[in-house]
Formats: sequence, structure tokens, C-alpha cells
Amino acid sequence: MANKPPASGVETSDHDEVMDPGTAVERSQAPQNPGLPEEHQRVTDLDEKEARSMERRIAGFFALSIVGSFFAAFAYSLFPIIPGDMASVRMNNLMVGLGLSAALLGVGIGAVQWAKALMHGHELVEERHPTRGTEEAREAAVETFQQANKESGFTRRSLVRNTLIGALVATPIPAVALFRDLAPADDPNARMKKTMWAEGIRLTRDPSGVPIKASEVTIGSAFHVVPDGWKDLEHHKLEEKAKAAVLLMRLPVDELNEDPAKSSWSYQGIVAYSKICTHVGCPVALYEQQTHHLLCPCHQSEFDVANHCEVIFGPAARPLPQLPITIDAEGYLVAQSDFTEPVGPSFWEREL
Amino acid sequence: MSSSRSARHSGRRHPLMGALLLVIGLFATGGAYAATSAGIAHAQDAPVSQEALVEEGEKLFLANCASCHGLNSEGTVAGPTLIGVGALSVDFQVGTGRMPMAASGPQAEVKPVQFTQPQIDAMAAWVASLAPGPGMPDPQYYAADGDVANGAELFRINCAMCHNVAGAGGALTEGKYAPHLRDLDPIHVYGAMVTGPQNMPVFSDMNLTPEEKNDVISYLKYLDENPSVGGFSLGSLGPVSEGLFIWLIGLGGLIAVAVWLTARSN
Repeated sequence: MANKPPASGVETSDHDEVMDPGTAVERSQAPQNPGLPEEHQRVTDLDEKEARSMERRIAGFFALSIVGSFFAAFAYSLFPIIPGDMASVRMNNLMVGLGLSAALLGVGIGAVQWAKALMHGHELVEERHPTRGTEEAREAAVETFQQANKESGFTRRSLVRNTLIGALVATPIPAVALFRDLAPADDPNARMKKTMWAEGIRLTRDPSGVPIKASEVTIGSAFHVVPDGWKDLEHHKLEEKAKAAVLLMRLPVDELNEDPAKSSWSYQGIVAYSKICTHVGCPVALYEQQTHHLLCPCHQSEFDVANHCEVIFGPAARPLPQLPITIDAEGYLVAQSDFTEPVGPSFWEREL
Repeated sequence: MSSSRSARHSGRRHPLMGALLLVIGLFATGGAYAATSAGIAHAQDAPVSQEALVEEGEKLFLANCASCHGLNSEGTVAGPTLIGVGALSVDFQVGTGRMPMAASGPQAEVKPVQFTQPQIDAMAAWVASLAPGPGMPDPQYYAADGDVANGAELFRINCAMCHNVAGAGGALTEGKYAPHLRDLDPIHVYGAMVTGPQNMPVFSDMNLTPEEKNDVISYLKYLDENPSVGGFSLGSLGPVSEGLFIWLIGLGGLIAVAVWLTARSN
């Protein structure tokens, strides 16, 4: 009924063409149903010798799998993990892994090869059954629903039904209150705009926390700096470092081209810039001593330290924030204040 | 074919004979040169006075370096002044083959060392005699017997951003790059930290103490001596080589398996 022979369709179109002689297509060019291709004969179907040799090969894969399984089991103790010797871990993983690979790949390759080369290989056509069910099945389904409605009174007892829907809608409400508490307790804006730096805080070496004297920063030097007191923080140590990390460099004074408004922010050619890229916050610390360029390793933004860290290449939109520094009575470098703008990448509430 | 056979029989030169003679000639010249320069090096092994060393260094400087650094090492447009760079700088630049530079470029490349150690010492002595500068450190500070864990932390903070956390090196701007740090002579690592060659920042003894430098050198030695425990390191280049591997070999392998699974058995 549903599967008409394809020949009848061709006949219909032939008939149409006869009725409409205006077409440029010759009737002989009409697509023909090519039918099913000739059945493919495998060498293992045709030649019993080939089939036997394939049988041996497949058995070989399964045998390899058996050997691999035993090898993996023995390798675990033959190449033991010696505590403290990482090379032994590597050797153990390698050998057990090789054994397991042989075990699993042997089973897999053998099984696929068996199915492809030896198992029954005749081609056949299976008709797809229609999507629509039979009329009896459809009527039975409708009847089941109607009977369930009648027996439960789902549409008749509307009070019960409506309160049940209300109860189900109300159930997830406590989850909203619970998960809402995972959000930061206070406004994150204030924390993104402030770092540990403040007036008089000494610049110290990362990680030792030893303060830095201006005289120790020779020309061409680069110091990786954290604020004094960071080392002894007990909470949020990484968060604070991620905001307050600073790169300290000394350039020859005549090569430093400073913004006149910020000329008091450096000390005799010593400048301190935030290490957090203004693009997406990677640490920018690839400092080239002679070109005075800073390169961000993530997206190749380039900043010119000699020119108040302006962006000379790459996706960053703003210069790196400069930390105003000076020296205290003992000659140690100290911050004049916090950064005057938020460090790191842009966020919605940041004023540009 | 028959003509070549007859040529050989008649004693005429084989077509490859010219090339063979050229190779023999080159070997002979090179061998003679090597023998002569080895002789010079041997002669310099004998202890010499400081004045003789400085004088020898000046001669070598005038013959090999002055064209770029100036006859009085005052510097020219082609090369910086060497006054005050110190003996350690000479030992690093010449001892790693970076100097004399083969050609101007973004960066002085490492190449086979052009001088013997006594010659390098002589040039270092001459440069050191011009003005005070960083000198050769006490061998205990590059003995590579320090605290590996502390060295690793210092390396991650001060060096890894350019040289890669596994010391595999990395790219800088405009053709410059940070070289790899594998299998280096410890004195050259020490010299690089103190003198800040080319675009590397200076890590003076007031930034990283000599003991801390020894820790960093110890960490590099640890890297040299301990294989990657995670299997193939693929050059330790991170996502570049690992991504290339998984996209080509990993995904390519999956596609090959899928093709094999659905292909007809012949």
C-alpha cells in the first residue's frame, strides 16, 4: 500500500511530459532508477583458504589481547612504583598502559574484523515501518487517558488539581534562596576598585617579602613586587596578589618619556606598573630591557614602558595602571597611594 | 654506459673525481687550521701574567671585535660600548658563541664557540681592565647544589614568563625570543642573570642573591636530569604542540578508525 513500486512514479512523469510538449528535456534523459548494486563478494566468501587465513589473523588479535592482559597484570609488579622516584611512576604507567592498550585494542580490532570479513555478508533491504500506529492502537491509547481521567477525577475535582499545581510550582522557591547565597556577600565593585597598596606601603620582593631599596634597583633590572604585608596574609592571599602584583623596572632617566601629570610617580627612572593586563588579566611580565617593551604572553598585547606603558600592539585597550612610588626615610621604595584606577580588565561598572 | 666504462679503463678522470679532490682539499685545510689553532690554545695553557693576559686580550679584541665595538671599545652604531660590562659579560657572550655575531639581526644567536677558553679569558681580562664591571663569581655560587624547591619558585616568578616554566624558551616581540635553558653550562646561566644580555632584564646580586642564583641553577639542573613524568613532553611548549598533536594525531586517528569501521571488507 505505502510502498508503490518506483516504476509507477516514472510512468506518471512520462505521461505528464506527453501532455506538455514544451520541455527541452528529452524523455530518454529522464532519471532511471538504477536499482540495487550487484552484491559484493568478499575474498573470504569466494576462497576458503583466504577465510581460514583471516580466521587465524582474528584469533591472533584475540591472542594478543590475552597476552596484553597478562602483561599489564605482571607489569604492575615488574615495574613497581618506588615512592619518591617519579621516573618509576612514568615507567609503571607506560608498561601497564601498553599492556592494557594491547588487551583492549586486540579485542576491538578482532571483533570488528570478524564481523567485517567472516560473519554472514549477504546484503538485504529492510523496509522502514510506518510512523503512524494502527487505528486500534491509537483508539486504545485515547481510551486509556479518558479512563484515567474518569477514575482520578483530574478534570472534575479542580480544587485538588489546582492546589497540586500550586504546590509543585512552590517547591523550587527555597532553592532560589539557598543558591542566591553563593553570590558574593558584598558588592564586588568596591573590591575590584581597590588593592592592598596604600600610602607608605613598602614594595617587597615576591616571594621573600624583603623590602627593596631604590639603590638596589640597577638600570635594566626588573623586580617582581608584592606589597609589604602580603606574605603574612591569612585569607584571600591569591586574590590580593592577583590585584596588587607589580613589576618594578629602572630605565635610564633620559629614555623615560613621562606624562607630565604623572612625573612625580616615578623615582629616578624607577617605575612601577601593574602586572595585570588590561585586556583579560594575564600577568604581563615579559620585559625587554633594551626596547623597554612589555609583552603579554596570552594575546600579544605590547606596552611601551618608556612611554607610560601605552599600548603599541595587540588587543589591550588601556595602558597598564601605574603605581605612584617614592622612597621613605630609610631609602626603601614605598607607594604614594593605591592605584588611581582599577587594575586589570574592564568590567561593567568601571568608569573609563 | 659503455663510454664511461672506457673512460675509466683509459685512465681518464671519473666525473666525480673533481668533487672528491675538493672534499680532500677542504679536509686538509680544515685539519691544518685546527692543528694550528689547537697549538695556539695549547701554548696559552701555561700560566701567564695578568699584563700578558690583558695584552693578549686586546690583540684578540682588535682583530675580532673592534669593527663593531670600536677600536677603544667605545661603541659604534653597530655595537654597544664594552666599558664597564665586566669579565662575566664577555665570558657569557663569547663563551656561548653569541659573540662575535654572525650577522645583524633581532637577536645574537647561539652558535659554535669561536674561541678557546684561554682566549675568552684573555678578552675578559682586557674588558675588565677598562672599567669595573661584574666579574667571575665564586664557583660555589654555580655549583648547582642548592635548594631546588626554592630555585623552582624563584624561576617561576622571575624567569618562567619568558623562558617557559620547563625552561623550553618562548617568543618575544619582533623576531626576538627567550632561548631554551636546557643543558647549559651553569656559569653561563649565572652570567646571564647578572649581566642581562640583550633584552633580558638584569637580576643583580641585590635582586637575587648569589645563593638564590645557585638555587635557580640547581632547578635547571634538576630539569635536565629528570624526565617528564607525564610521558611525552612534546617540547614542553604547552598548548601549541599539544594542541597540534591532538588535532592531527588524535582526531586524525579517530577519523581513520571511523573510515576503517565502515569500509567494506574486500
